[in-house]
Amino acid sequence: MATKKFLYVNRKAPYGTIYALESLEVVLIGAAFEQDVSLVFMDDGVFQLTKGQNAKSAGMKNFSPTYAALGDYDVNKIYVDKESLEERGLTLDDLQHLTWEDENEDWAEKDSIRLVTRAEIAEIMDTQDVVLSF
Amino acid sequence: MKFSIMVSEGPYTHQASDTAYQFAKAALEKGHEIYRIFFYHDGVNNATSLTTPPQDDRNIVNRWSELAEAHNLDLVVCIAAAQRRGIVDEDEMKRHRKDGHNLAKGFRISGLGQLIEAGIDADRLIVFGD
Amino acid sequence: MLHVINKSPFERNSLASCLRTIKEGASVLLIEDGVLGALEGTAVSGKVREAMENVKFYALQSDLETRGVSDKLMKGIECIDFGGFVDLTADHDLVQSWL
Repeated sequence: MATKKFLYVNRKAPYGTIYALESLEVVLIGAAFEQDVSLVFMDDGVFQLTKGQNAKSAGMKNFSPTYAALGDYDVNKIYVDKESLEERGLTLDDLQHLTWEDENEDWAEKDSIRLVTRAEIAEIMDTQDVVLSF
Repeated sequence: MKFSIMVSEGPYTHQASDTAYQFAKAALEKGHEIYRIFFYHDGVNNATSLTTPPQDDRNIVNRWSELAEAHNLDLVVCIAAAQRRGIVDEDEMKRHRKDGHNLAKGFRISGLGQLIEAGIDADRLIVFGD
Repeated sequence: MLHVINKSPFERNSLASCLRTIKEGASVLLIEDGVLGALEGTAVSGKVREAMENVKFYALQSDLETRGVSDKLMKGIECIDFGGFVDLTADHDLVQSWL
């Protein structure tokens, strides 16, 4: 099967609408197709990665633990827009610590999240074959 | 050129499915191929045969079915999204012991892998949503 | 790269966010409520005109017509029909919808 570069662009906050959850479902299924996968979180999408989400009192399902599993599916290029974080009063410390294990380096644990600028996001977008936006 | 389309919103509330339909029609008229149209999120509601709009309005569901028949289109409804929103075909009805099925003509229910495949095998994937 | 905007710039940040991210030489197509960003004399016209120095803008004719604003289309924005929309997606390697 051909390998293409897939980019998932997440620009919406979780829970208010279902897009974050169903986007994650696509990413997980897509991981089985061994494509070159990147995720971008920008605008309100950065709220998808906050740690300490608790959906109990809203009577909803907390799907945020699934982000931590992405590394096991070789989804480890997770780009977070620095400006979007700052505008929303967040820092990297407010986000889950997402990691993956690099089999080429004796399974060394590495960070999956990379803080990027808008200009860097523009470059990342420009090199893709398919962009799925949610 | 081979196009795939993802429709992320249901009919009538958002214009997304109207735009997707007009785009698909225009692409076919120009001699392009539509590899697949994948319905996700509330987009699965484009596939309910129970839709009954007023006489003087467009019937978005029938319009898809007719386009599919005329051009042998592959209209795929995401199974996970469909189950959440109550869109079932006959097999799903039996499997989940529901008392009816409502998948409109020309659509089929399948997994999210079909969306990824649509991205891999087509030259362009265009998303219509909210 | 073709960026498709379907949201009013007065309601959502899709256009603003796109313009902050876009690369020189890219194209922007305004459809659905997105065409409200293509009008002359609005609070966002200046921003769009500024972006037009680096980016080519298109607007979908049918969406301007349905909203009764065809005569307010900003100079420099090309009006296209669905056939033109298809051509644009074919001419660009990649299409991103800013939902």
